[in-house]
Amino acid sequence: MKTKRAIQGRRAAAAGLAVALGVSVLAGCSSTTPGAGTTSDVIKIGVNYEQSGAVATYGKDSIDGITMAVDEINAAGGVNGKKIQLVTYDTKSDPAEATTLATKLMTQDKVVAVLGPATSGSFKATVPVANQNKIPVISGSATADDVTVAPGGAVQPYAFRTCYTDSFQGTAAANYASKTLNATTAVIIKDNSSDYAKGLADNFTKTFTANGGTIVGTEAYVAGDTDFNAILTRIRSMQYDVIYLPGYYQEAGLIIKAARDLGITQPVIGPDGFDSPDLLSLAGASALNNVYFTNHYSSLDQDPKVQAFIAAFTAKFGRAPNAFNALGYDTANLVADAVKRASGLTGVDVMNALASTKDFPAVTGTLTIDADHNPVKAIVVIALKDGVQSSSEKISA
Amino acid sequence: MEEVLQQVINGLSQGSIYALIALGYTMVYGIIQLINFAHGDVYMIGAFVGYFSMTSFHMGFVEALITAMAVCTVLGVTIERIAYRPLRNSPRIAVLITAIGVSLILEYTMMYFFGASVRSYPPQSAFMSGSFNVHGVVIKNMQVVIIGISVTLMLILQYIVKRTKVGKAMRAVSQDAEAARLMGINVDTTISLTFALGSALAGAAGVLVGVYYNSINPLMGIMPGLKAFVAAVFGGIGLIPGALIGAYVIGLLETGVAALGYSLFRDGVVFAVLIIVLIVKPTGLLGKNTKEKV
Repeated sequence: MKTKRAIQGRRAAAAGLAVALGVSVLAGCSSTTPGAGTTSDVIKIGVNYEQSGAVATYGKDSIDGITMAVDEINAAGGVNGKKIQLVTYDTKSDPAEATTLATKLMTQDKVVAVLGPATSGSFKATVPVANQNKIPVISGSATADDVTVAPGGAVQPYAFRTCYTDSFQGTAAANYASKTLNATTAVIIKDNSSDYAKGLADNFTKTFTANGGTIVGTEAYVAGDTDFNAILTRIRSMQYDVIYLPGYYQEAGLIIKAARDLGITQPVIGPDGFDSPDLLSLAGASALNNVYFTNHYSSLDQDPKVQAFIAAFTAKFGRAPNAFNALGYDTANLVADAVKRASGLTGVDVMNALASTKDFPAVTGTLTIDADHNPVKAIVVIALKDGVQSSSEKISA
Repeated sequence: MEEVLQQVINGLSQGSIYALIALGYTMVYGIIQLINFAHGDVYMIGAFVGYFSMTSFHMGFVEALITAMAVCTVLGVTIERIAYRPLRNSPRIAVLITAIGVSLILEYTMMYFFGASVRSYPPQSAFMSGSFNVHGVVIKNMQVVIIGISVTLMLILQYIVKRTKVGKAMRAVSQDAEAARLMGINVDTTISLTFALGSALAGAAGVLVGVYYNSINPLMGIMPGLKAFVAAVFGGIGLIPGALIGAYVIGLLETGVAALGYSLFRDGVVFAVLIIVLIVKPTGLLGKNTKEKV
C-alpha cells in the first residue's frame, strides 16, 4: 500500500499477463472443480502474502491479523460447524511468484478463497488467475483504484478488497478540509513521481472545488527531494486556509519541518502515507501540530469493537496493532462471514456471498461491498499534536 | 521583495553545499584530469559518519563534523591509493569507469549494511535549529552556519593552494607531473593530499546537509554529486574560484526556477544551462587557456 507499490505495479502487469497465459493452458488440461477439494470437516482458505522481500512487513502484519481472526473463529466453533484451515505461502514480494502461488492454492490446495497479497501490484497479478479458476481473491490493503475494475471499467468478478481506494481518500480529505476545518482555499503540494499522490491530488481538487472551495496553488516535488525551501517560500506569500500534502512520510516529514521553520502555520492534511513513526523523527515533535491524515483505522477509536480488538491483539502479540493488522483481521472475518452465508462451498458461491456483503461490522468501519467490489465504509482522520496521535474522527462514506 | 530575499538566502545555502562538493571535483580534475564520480558518495559517507557520531557516540555538532572530515580524508586517500593509482598510466576512460565502479561499491555497500530507508539526524541544539527574522525574511541559524563554514573552508583551501609549499607542489603537478617529479616533488604524495583535502570538504558537506535537511540515505550523493560536477564544469573545471561561482550560480538558479513555480523543471534547467555554457564557452565561465590548475 505504500512506497513499493508504483514500481511493483509496472512489473506486475507484465508478469501477471505472462503467467496468466501459462495458467490458461494448464487449466485446459486439468479438470478443476473449484472448492470440491475442501474436505467435509475443514474449510481451506489460502493466505498468499509477502513474508520476505521488499514489503515483507506489510504481508507479515496482515497475516498476524488473519491468524488472530481465524483462531477466534475456530475457538468459537468454526463456520457452519467446520473449522477453517489456512494454507499459507510466501510471495517473496514478487508479483510473478504471487500468481504462481495463487494458481497452486486454487488448483492443488482447493481453497474456497485466497487472501492477499498486500500490495496492489502483486494482488492485481493474481486477479486473472482468480477469474480463470472462479475462486475469489481478496486483499486488505491493495488500494490502487484499478485493482477490482478492469481497464474498460467492467468489474473483475472475483477480485475484492476490504480497504478503501486511493481516490476515496482524496475525496474524504477534501470533505474534512471544507466541512470540519471550514477551509475555503487550499494549496496542494504533491509528489509528482507517484500515481498514488497524483490520484489523491486530483480527487481532492475535484471534491474541494465541488464544495465551493478554491485551489489557490499547486506545487510539486519528486520522491527523494530534500530541499523544499524554494516552493515553501513561494507558498508562504499566498493566502489560503489549508495545505493538502499527498505523498509519503519520507518527504512529507521534511516538508512539514521546513514549512513550520518558515513560519507557515496553516493546517496540513495528508494521506495514509503519513502513517509511520519516521514522520515524527523527520519532522520533529514541535512541527507536527495542526497536522491531520486520513487512515484506515485509529487506535484512539472508542468503538467497543475496536477497543476489544486492540486488547485482544495486544494480549496475543505483545504490541499495539497497526492498520495492516486490523485490515488483515477484517479480511479474514469478512471471508468467514461470506462462507457462512454462501449457499455452497464453491468459489462461485463464496464470490456471490462476498459481493452481497451488507453492513459487515469490521474493525476498520462497518462496510458494504459495492458494485465495483470496493467496500463502502467510514474513513478515519487522525489529528497530530506534538507528533502524537491526539484525536481521531470517523467520516462516513 | 521579502520573498525575493528569502529565495536568495535559500539559493545561497543550497549553493554553499554544492560548492563544498564541487571543490573536490575540481581539485582532483585539475591535478590528474580525472572526473572522480565517487566524490558524491564520499559526501554520503560523511553524512553517515556524522549520523553515527551523533547517535552512537553522542558527539556534538563540531566533533561530529571533524570526525566526518577525518574519516572522509582517510577514505578519499584510500580510494585513490587502491583504485586510481594503479591506473595512473592507463587510458583515461579506464580510470573513469573505475570511478563509476567505486561510486556504486560505496552506495551499495552502505545500503547492504544500513538499509535503503531514510534516517534522520538526532534533534539538534536550540541554536542549531533556531532561526531569526529580519524584516519578514526568515533566516535559519543553520543557513548562516552552512554559508559560514563553507566560505571559511574555501578560504583555508585557497590559502593552502596559493600560499603554502604543499599548494605550490599541487600547482606544479597539475601543470606538468613529469617536470614536477624531476624537480624533486613527490607526485604521489601530492595527489594523495589533493584527494585528502577534497574528501574532507565533501565530508563536511555531508554533515551540514544531514543537520540542515535532517534526512540521509545511501543514494543521497548521486544528485548533489552530479550538480556539483555541473557547477565545476560551469565555472571552468580545474579552477577553484570557478567551482565556487558555478556552485552559487546553480544554487540560485535552482531556487529561482522553483520560485517561479516550475519546481519540476529545476534539474532540467540546470543541465540545459550546462549545455549552453559548454556550447558557448567550452572551457567554462572562467576557463581560459591558462596553465594554472588545481
